[in-house]
Amino acid sequence: MKTNGNSNFKRADFDAIAESIRPGSRVLDLGCGDGVLLKYLKGARGVTGYGVEIDDADVLGCVTNGVDVIQSDLERGLSEFESGSFDYVVLSQTLQAMMNGERIINDMLRVAREGIVTFPNFGYWRNRLQVLAGHMPVSDNLPYQWHDTPNVHLCTISDFEDFCTTHGVGIIERKVLTRGTPVSWLPNLLGALAVYRFQRA
Amino acid sequence: MDTGSAPRSVGVVAPQTARFTEPLRLRSGAAMDAYDLVYETYGRLNAERSNAVLVCHALNASHHVAGRYAGDSGSTGWWDNMIGPGKPVDTDRFFVVGVNNLGGCHGSTGPATINPATGKPWGADFPVVTVEDWVATQARLADHLGIRRFAAVMGGSLGAMQALAWTYLHPERVGHALVIACAPNLSAQNIAFNEVARQAIITDPDFLGGHYYERDTRPTRGLRVARMIGHITYLSGDEMAAKFGRQLKNGKLNYTFETEFEIESYLRHQGGKFSEYFDANTYLRITKALDYFDPALEHGGSLARALAPAKARFLVVSFTTDWRFSPQRSREIVKALLDNRCGVSYAEIDAPHGHDAFLLEDPRYHRLVAAYFDRVHREIAA
Repeated sequence: MKTNGNSNFKRADFDAIAESIRPGSRVLDLGCGDGVLLKYLKGARGVTGYGVEIDDADVLGCVTNGVDVIQSDLERGLSEFESGSFDYVVLSQTLQAMMNGERIINDMLRVAREGIVTFPNFGYWRNRLQVLAGHMPVSDNLPYQWHDTPNVHLCTISDFEDFCTTHGVGIIERKVLTRGTPVSWLPNLLGALAVYRFQRA
Repeated sequence: MDTGSAPRSVGVVAPQTARFTEPLRLRSGAAMDAYDLVYETYGRLNAERSNAVLVCHALNASHHVAGRYAGDSGSTGWWDNMIGPGKPVDTDRFFVVGVNNLGGCHGSTGPATINPATGKPWGADFPVVTVEDWVATQARLADHLGIRRFAAVMGGSLGAMQALAWTYLHPERVGHALVIACAPNLSAQNIAFNEVARQAIITDPDFLGGHYYERDTRPTRGLRVARMIGHITYLSGDEMAAKFGRQLKNGKLNYTFETEFEIESYLRHQGGKFSEYFDANTYLRITKALDYFDPALEHGGSLARALAPAKARFLVVSFTTDWRFSPQRSREIVKALLDNRCGVSYAEIDAPHGHDAFLLEDPRYHRLVAAYFDRVHREIAA
């Protein structure tokens, strides 16, 4: 599975995820790239845990960064991980690229008390404008052309919240960001990136 | 890895022998009163004695892991592409130990050694040894070398089983374990292949119940067939197809039972070569050690419970086309380690070569091991 270019640079949602995680907790980072988030959390918050990544170069990056990584395809599920064995499971900018988003959300809530997902908000006004102009959006958060994108299940903030309501997912916290700045007014229109922390409702 | 200079060989090496006279109780109940272990070392043990790496060998290999012997350019060690100055296991940083296991046929006490009780070669009377027995002898060798704790213990296949066993038998003595192309036990299919190999040897008329040394004969035919069977399981079907396909040796069918297909020729060559240097009684015992390895057995079938004492951090590596010890088997090990909340990284290398891939120089595989040893080195240096 192609992930969303999360290697070797600080992800836009990095701080938003990091500040949600309590020091000393156990974290599973799905689609962890080269392990920068876990490396940071280990150093700054004393967390323990693992990354899951499919890409060879990123697995090597994790080992280089001293981050424990399990090479695996998230589409196969999280069967290697025992129920309730983590405090947090993070899925950063990958949900929209999953074939089966519902299954991964359920699996996340099985292995951890709380899940954190981040995704590009398709409802962001710049995306809407591009669609209105007759094109699939291409932007910093959605850098791919329609014919060469890993993003098979893009959604809006409203879509995700509807999903949570109908699938027994309780939202604990929502952060919406545009260029790293929090957005509180009309988030589904003005927010480029959504960060949710959730638990079993 | 220091990429500034090209990897080099450790150069000319020489084996050493350590004698152990404290009796060793084996899993089978038998005891060895005294035994020799032949070993080689590369690199320098640092003042803190914290940079030692033990390399455990698999079925047909030995203590001769890296370098070559003086005057014999064809004597390159079996994992020379992995171990040496500037190589993934960098002997400029690490003190690497290779040892021929008890029961072997490369100089350590084994079936061909004289049994002091009879004055004749042990032969069939040499006890059956297990992975755990080997680890016990390796631990004594570590004592002999003044190594309290290995920075890492590593191996592929049966060697990986030893590395794994180290972590639960001597948790305080292993910093890291590299468990490559391994399985937590043999499948029925694996045991079946071993049994065919053993039967090939045992039914060879020259086997003489295992006491062939005294009659100055060797069951080379049986050993040859055993090796041919083994070799089939080390390669992937695709690799065999790519290498040999249906190619004929002489370009035409002869309607005889001579070697016609290239694959036949290859297997006969491999079998023949092997039967010249390997001992049949050792082969029988090593396949038994493989069959018996099953750490979960004494823990109600729970591998996680078996591995619970482990304190090491792990790198588990499998190869996609390895059907002898498939990635799924490595994932069982990974799952047990995750259940125990051990530090573990797992990589599945997409390599075409089957089980043999662990011995070959695949850049992704070697870069990964190099990066892992960089980390081990940073810990030691810290």
